[in-house]
Amino acid sequence: MSVVSGGVTDGVVSVSFTAGSDSQIRQRLRLSRYFMWLCRLVTYASLGVLAVLLLSIMWNSAGRLSWSFLSSHYSMHPDRCGILAGLWGTFWLVLLTAGFSIPIGVGSAVYLEEMAKDTWLMRVIRVNLSNLAGVPSIVYGILGLTAFRPLMIQLQSLFDGRHAVNVLGMFRLRLLKLDIYDGSVLIGAMTMSLVILPTVIIASQEALRAVPASIRVASLALGATRWQTIWRQVLPASLPGIATGVILSISRAIGEAAPLMMIGVLTVASMCPGGLESPGQLLSEPGRVLAVPFDQFTAMPVEIYDWSKQPDPEDRFTAVAAAGILVLLAVLLTVNAAAMIVRYRAGRQLRW
Amino acid sequence: MYSGLEVDQQWSASCQLLLVRLGFGLSFVESVLMPTWASQRIHRRHETLIRWVLFVCAALSVLTTAAIIYVLLSNAVYAPGEKTAFFERVSLWQFLTSGRWKPTDGAGAHFGIWPLLTGTLQVALIASLVSIPAGLGAAVYMSEYAQPREREFLKPVLEILAGIPSVVYGFFALKFITPWVLKPLFGLLGLEISIFNSLSAGIVVGIMVTPLIASLSEDVIRAVPRSLREAAYALGSTRFDVSARVVVPAALSGILASFLLAFSRAVGETMAVAIAAGGNPLLTLNPLRGSQTMTGFMVHASAGDSAADSISRMSMYAVGITLFVMTLTINLLSGWIMRRYREVYQ
Amino acid sequence: MGSSVSGLSVPPSVPGVDRNLDTSGHAAAIDVQGMNFFYGEQQVLFDISLVVPERSVTALIGPSGCGKSTFLRTLNRMNDLVDGARCTGRCLVEGQNIMDPAVDVVLLRKHVGMVFQKSTPFPKSIFDNVAYGPRVAGEKNRAVLSELVESCLRKAALWEEVRDRLHTSAMALSGGQQQRLCIARTLATNPKIILMDEPASALDPASTDRIENLIGELCSNYTIVIVTHNMQQASRVSHQTAFFFRGRLVECGPTMKIFTSPAEKQTEDYITGRFG
Repeated sequence: MSVVSGGVTDGVVSVSFTAGSDSQIRQRLRLSRYFMWLCRLVTYASLGVLAVLLLSIMWNSAGRLSWSFLSSHYSMHPDRCGILAGLWGTFWLVLLTAGFSIPIGVGSAVYLEEMAKDTWLMRVIRVNLSNLAGVPSIVYGILGLTAFRPLMIQLQSLFDGRHAVNVLGMFRLRLLKLDIYDGSVLIGAMTMSLVILPTVIIASQEALRAVPASIRVASLALGATRWQTIWRQVLPASLPGIATGVILSISRAIGEAAPLMMIGVLTVASMCPGGLESPGQLLSEPGRVLAVPFDQFTAMPVEIYDWSKQPDPEDRFTAVAAAGILVLLAVLLTVNAAAMIVRYRAGRQLRW
Repeated sequence: MYSGLEVDQQWSASCQLLLVRLGFGLSFVESVLMPTWASQRIHRRHETLIRWVLFVCAALSVLTTAAIIYVLLSNAVYAPGEKTAFFERVSLWQFLTSGRWKPTDGAGAHFGIWPLLTGTLQVALIASLVSIPAGLGAAVYMSEYAQPREREFLKPVLEILAGIPSVVYGFFALKFITPWVLKPLFGLLGLEISIFNSLSAGIVVGIMVTPLIASLSEDVIRAVPRSLREAAYALGSTRFDVSARVVVPAALSGILASFLLAFSRAVGETMAVAIAAGGNPLLTLNPLRGSQTMTGFMVHASAGDSAADSISRMSMYAVGITLFVMTLTINLLSGWIMRRYREVYQ
Repeated sequence: MGSSVSGLSVPPSVPGVDRNLDTSGHAAAIDVQGMNFFYGEQQVLFDISLVVPERSVTALIGPSGCGKSTFLRTLNRMNDLVDGARCTGRCLVEGQNIMDPAVDVVLLRKHVGMVFQKSTPFPKSIFDNVAYGPRVAGEKNRAVLSELVESCLRKAALWEEVRDRLHTSAMALSGGQQQRLCIARTLATNPKIILMDEPASALDPASTDRIENLIGELCSNYTIVIVTHNMQQASRVSHQTAFFFRGRLVECGPTMKIFTSPAEKQTEDYITGRFG
């Protein structure tokens, strides 16, 4: 042990700093290098897992992905089974979810970051938000299942003859004719909004926090009100950040199945919400859109779950599930690419 | 410009006309409930209205929590009205001590949470065994070793891994990991593995939460001051000494918090587990056999067509409240540890 | 030029520092010739040549940003940790060129210890802090470690204050105690040379005093290079003073000479407080 001696260090000791001159250090450096390689290995293993995952899915789908897969409904025969209902279901679900969660989420974030004072109520809201973000999505499903359908029925009875709200007569007519199902697009979207709201709010808060205070001060100094400042300065400046966060949350809603399973969406669907099966129909019969929120539906991840669980000795539904996964991943990739483009463009335009 | 101003004034005036009563009401409530951002009073009525609307948005999250708790309690513990809650029909004693879970209506039903609990914990533990070394290794690598460019490449890979839907992982476990990895592996050892098994479910859940551990731990490792690293280097440390003896111990509580958060995520993970672990609530510790987790049971029960107030259906709420309390406790603990960690370095 | 600087009184030195010590007989602990240093494209040190005699104190003074800290950190290659840092020239420590890529920085840093401006105790116990260096070097024997920890804490004049709480957290110590702990921790790796980067700038006067006295006690056994922006401090603790300005070594000489009759106008202006 040349290293340790507690004594006084008088007398010249000749030392060599040349690498490898001390066997003990050589050993320590070797350990250090092994450790680095171990860390590198596990890090790159994630890349390997990703590659294996994608390859195994492609291999399982084995050419099952085709135009007819995208344009057919569910079928008992795996060779004729398609994902059309899930595609439309996911589309409407995500559209409504975004419609609910973006205004509410961004609004909450604006209130919490720009308006709220540090009172006990605000502290409760903040602590609560971080805890809500950790609640398993299936628990939101229970809430949707138990609370939203009765809520809808209550709303419907509010609009029917007995408790007529005449101002909203138009809605009354619309709603009277509709049954309210478990697992309608509207209930699904309400549930899914609750699932993603905490992440939307937290991401928006972070984006708002990144806007320098000088912008607010400058705007207020020019005589703008608090809200004018937010609307004209702060929100536009934080928009890229908010958009990125929102898009990532939306992509979570696209892949999430557990809360939908809970509220009882269809696992086997041979119809699309509102009977709209093609974009052309959307143009020719736009009135049907009004029926969409109240219709039953299925979503891509739910269908994939169902196909994966099909008892199937010849693995023919496996191929269907794999093809469904490829479609789902392609949709997610598109959405995430949008987020990346927003981030990239914002990075070029905005520099504080 | 001029006409625009006029319109603005008109709009503002009409807003005042429409909302004057409402506004007075709101500003009164507001002065009690919500202190204004600046201490001055906001005079414009529509600003007050906007504030109020945004406040309602923000308060919605509290309402959500309250609604979740109410729904769980009113169905599991005590139901107001003519309904009877789960624990009004099944004793808490049976729920906590019985080792059988057979949630059928009528005779022969058993409601002991243990099979679901062991199934859940088994999957979460296997997931931790996978994700803790992998996540921590990746965090150390990215914060201590990786070049900035390498990091820019690795981070998105982990984000992609985190962004892949749960059902996809379930499929991967059931159709790839079990038949192509585990079956041959345990075949060599002469062990039988079921098609549905906790091991494959645990492995994929571990893969799913690895990015979470990696990114949270990397954040806390980066929060360790540079001065501490330099001091360690100046004492003749190798990189391993600095990482393993100074940086990781210094960040340990934050890293622990990330482990806890990942564990709670694994407990609440649903679809991958429902696909890969199967639906048979067995009280077993053998990861090569199938089991049912709490989340798996809930998916299963909600898909059933028994009546809404049947005991089999109500059992879902009892399991739900157990899951909620478990994850909430772990999350709160994790948050508390993380806050204490941040106090040390900020 | 060369005339005695009027109005400047040199404060008495701390005990142990004999400013009239003739170091010409001492071997060179550090011998730097023609060092240039770059952060990326930006050059921050220009053609530095400086000899540090062993078992003496050399103070590096100069205004903020003059490169004195950067220079100090090249002496145990701490700048290796900075991306884009590049150094040319020759720097001999104990006769070996440490710029040589073949040099093992771990060995070097054990030999050339460093104390930082901000005290940097590890979030461990006092004992574990001091024992860190020997432990990473492989020492496991508890008795040896205890003895070493005690002797280093004694040398750092901290032993009496902490002997009863060696196993409590080092974070609970006061700022001055933490800094002395960092010195003890450095001593525990048994260096020959100790680099100090403004070791007392964050401390109160009483703690500063103790650190300065400590330097006086250590300098008979160790070679010390100290960076300080406090000229009084430099004059109190050092045998030799080097004045840095804008990345160049303006002047280096015996402390008494630098502070009474500097050869360069810039040095005189700086130590009489006309700028900096």
